[in-house]
Amino acid sequence: MIFQPAIIALLLASAVSVLMLAAAFPFALQIVRRWDIASGSALQLALERRTYLFSTLTSLVFATQMVTLLLFVFNADKMSVMFVGAMCAVGTLNVNPWGFPALYAQIAVFFAAAVWLAINHVDNQARDYPLVRIKYGLLMLLLPLLATVLALQLEYFINLRADVITSCCGSLFSEQSTTLASEASAMEARPAMQLFYAALGLAIFLNTVHAGFGRRWSGALAALGGAGAFAAAIAGILAFVSLYIYEHPNHHCPFCLLKPEYGYRGYLLYLPLFLATAASLAAGALQAFAHHPSLRHLAPRASQRLAGAAAIGFWLFAAIATTMVWTSNLILIES
Amino acid sequence: MTHWIARQRYLIDFTLAALARRKVRNIGLLLVFSLLVFAIASVMLFTSALRAEAARVLAASPEVILQRLVAGRHDLIPPGYIERIGRVRGVQRIEGRLWGYYYDPVVKANYTFQVLADNPPAPGSIVVGAGLARFRGVRPGNTLSFRSYAGRLFSFTVTEVLPASAELVSSDLVLLSEADFRAFFDYPAGHYTDIALSVANPLETRTVATKLSTLLPDSRPILRDEVLRTYASIFDWREGIVLTLLSAALLAFGILAWDKASGLSAEERREIGILKAIGWETGDVIRMKLWEGLLVALSAFLTGYLAAYLHVFHFSAAFLAPVLKGWAVLYPRYTLTPAIDGLQIATLFLFTVFPYAVAVLVPIWRAAITDPDAVMRA
Amino acid sequence: MIELKDIHKAFNQGRENEYWALSGIDLTLEGRKVTALRGPSGSGKTTLLTILGCLARPTRGRIRLKEEDVSGLPERFLTGVRRSTFGFVFQQFNLVRGLSALENVMLPAYPLGLPRHELLARAEARLAGLQLGHRREARVEWLSGGEQQRVAIARALINDPEIVIADEPTANLDTALSRQFMGILEALVDEGRTVILTSHDPLVVESTVVDRVVTLRDGRIVDPGNAA
Repeated sequence: MIFQPAIIALLLASAVSVLMLAAAFPFALQIVRRWDIASGSALQLALERRTYLFSTLTSLVFATQMVTLLLFVFNADKMSVMFVGAMCAVGTLNVNPWGFPALYAQIAVFFAAAVWLAINHVDNQARDYPLVRIKYGLLMLLLPLLATVLALQLEYFINLRADVITSCCGSLFSEQSTTLASEASAMEARPAMQLFYAALGLAIFLNTVHAGFGRRWSGALAALGGAGAFAAAIAGILAFVSLYIYEHPNHHCPFCLLKPEYGYRGYLLYLPLFLATAASLAAGALQAFAHHPSLRHLAPRASQRLAGAAAIGFWLFAAIATTMVWTSNLILIES
Repeated sequence: MTHWIARQRYLIDFTLAALARRKVRNIGLLLVFSLLVFAIASVMLFTSALRAEAARVLAASPEVILQRLVAGRHDLIPPGYIERIGRVRGVQRIEGRLWGYYYDPVVKANYTFQVLADNPPAPGSIVVGAGLARFRGVRPGNTLSFRSYAGRLFSFTVTEVLPASAELVSSDLVLLSEADFRAFFDYPAGHYTDIALSVANPLETRTVATKLSTLLPDSRPILRDEVLRTYASIFDWREGIVLTLLSAALLAFGILAWDKASGLSAEERREIGILKAIGWETGDVIRMKLWEGLLVALSAFLTGYLAAYLHVFHFSAAFLAPVLKGWAVLYPRYTLTPAIDGLQIATLFLFTVFPYAVAVLVPIWRAAITDPDAVMRA
Repeated sequence: MIELKDIHKAFNQGRENEYWALSGIDLTLEGRKVTALRGPSGSGKTTLLTILGCLARPTRGRIRLKEEDVSGLPERFLTGVRRSTFGFVFQQFNLVRGLSALENVMLPAYPLGLPRHELLARAEARLAGLQLGHRREARVEWLSGGEQQRVAIARALINDPEIVIADEPTANLDTALSRQFMGILEALVDEGRTVILTSHDPLVVESTVVDRVVTLRDGRIVDPGNAA
């Protein structure tokens, strides 16, 4: 384990988030079991009031996940000096098998919390709270997910050992330590580029269609398109966008983009991408509840709006990525 | 959207007025919060500045240093070693180095004596570090005498005092000529302290080091990268220890924040009751209280961070230096290069604002769910 | 306008000190009328007022407000209904100390997020209409009892409610001020508003302004008054 402020802060944040949700768990269970909107009993009033606490709590967890996601990546990058062969965050995350799973789990929590908050927002506008049981059931699912994040982070950090000089055995463990995969594996540039634009185009199309129609099938397609576009976008960033930004034919790092050396361009890319993906996932999730009488108008309207936002977000992402490729001095593909 | 913004503005207005009405209560919390941020931020800014300083200094040192080991202890490099290394591919330059420590009973401090290959001082003269010059009160032109370990007295003329910019490492330095060095320490001719190698391509240092250890099995190569890494993790470690000690303070602060937030005065309770009765929704009250928390947290964060910045970069971290720097007697007097980094601020934020948010969450909610009809029943 | 059917309200439900403040209230109130609830203390009139005003939910029973069932409505929506339909004048006035008269009047509209100039204009008009324009910047704790009540009335009217609810409005006023209040009450009815109040002040209950007096005792209606 490396004893370091950022690591302590990350573990603290994850642990406290898990603890908060764990403390809330019995109350969420009570809501699922005892909810009766028609009753004016003291218990029902208490349960209704508790829902405010859970919304606030989930929002806090969500906000924390956003900060810790960034911190996790940045810290990995900063720690790369401590490991032989690690050049940036990718190398550090590859030091042991827990690094990348921890990152993926955290991204999953981010999206899950975003979808939950969207469902919560719409449900809170319907006078009979039709989704209360589903919502709190889902919230209980968020707990194991968060616990997974904590466990993975803990495994990852505990198993980190810096390659430092110790007085007894001296130096040169460089000899024994295996070289880290410092570069993320990436696709060939040309097929990645085709996939990138095809998936993004499809996602923009599907989300626009859903924004117009607001049907169940279109909602599901919009969410699928969004998820696909996210995967293709990440693959594309690895395979060619990053190369153009670094102007280096072999530097496939998705994280260095966030650094000041590259003008923080990563934020310009990731912000619209993550928001658009979250919006399209939420759009699909919301549309699934359109059959509830009290949500007949609310859910499709919110879902369509989210899909519209997602379409704009994906478009923005594609436009920014294209501009960055266009203005680069690197030539990858001879035309 | 405009509605949303207007609403938040009204809530902020109300919160500011409410904070102003309860000044005394809030100032206490603000002070403690700022103090906490100050303490943690000081530790972080100071260690990262030290780390940066160390890296800057090491940047000029050779890529590989070769030491000879006898029975696991560092020993002198005997004659012939440099020649035996000969021409290892990738090595730009090989240089035998001479350096050692000297204990000065006058000021009860250790000096580092070193011979520089590039334009060393003429025999009989020395160049000294700024800390040493300060302690012994010498200036260029003065004479400085040391009694060698063999008991003989040597007098040197100080020709130059090293600039204070790199004082963290050169504070206790004495630079002298090779002849003087060998005479002063009775250093056997042809022997060296260690060997410095510069390697042009950073990717080749590892190969070079491997070749060296096969060529001279009784020696160990030390790579600059590894020294850097070791320094970094030593500083990290110390920073972590101090922060862990501070976590007790963090916990205490969390309890204080919880207590402050849940110990609503009767007046405040009445106010929230009124707001609920006249049409504020539970969510509105929560948002209003969250704004209050955010305003308190942000002002404490800014105050604490600013104070820590001044403390570290303008007052040389007066409170922390003894814990985090080391244990040399000749304390370097230096100003650190100011540096702010996003990672650090995010970490600090997680360390201070996040626990605060968690601590006040439940009390805020509890205050907000006051019955709307409470004011009528009173 | 408001229809109550078999309303029950319990406090401390399920605990040892359980107590039913209302047991079986049936009542229909028309719009544009002044209705007074009368009864000894502990008769449940204030509790009934909180249920009529959507401040609290009945433990059992149905409420219809303007042909809409609001009995099972969660607090979030009940608050919305309350904010747009009701204005409240409390017995203790319940103004927020430390704020000016103007700010107090504006408070109920904060969650609506109206443009500031619009809200300011509206609040100033309300204060001026109650002869308080000159006191708008004064802190409420510096105002006299009568002025405080008028600030409370202005606050009740800021969201232009159809129904004004007043709990013992004259309890803290002398006779002259009480008469002044009855004058304001008349003006409210002339504007087309419905007023529901509790009182055991003869000056109020026997006034010609009041159209109907409902008498309660022990959580039941003993005299529904002359429903027109």
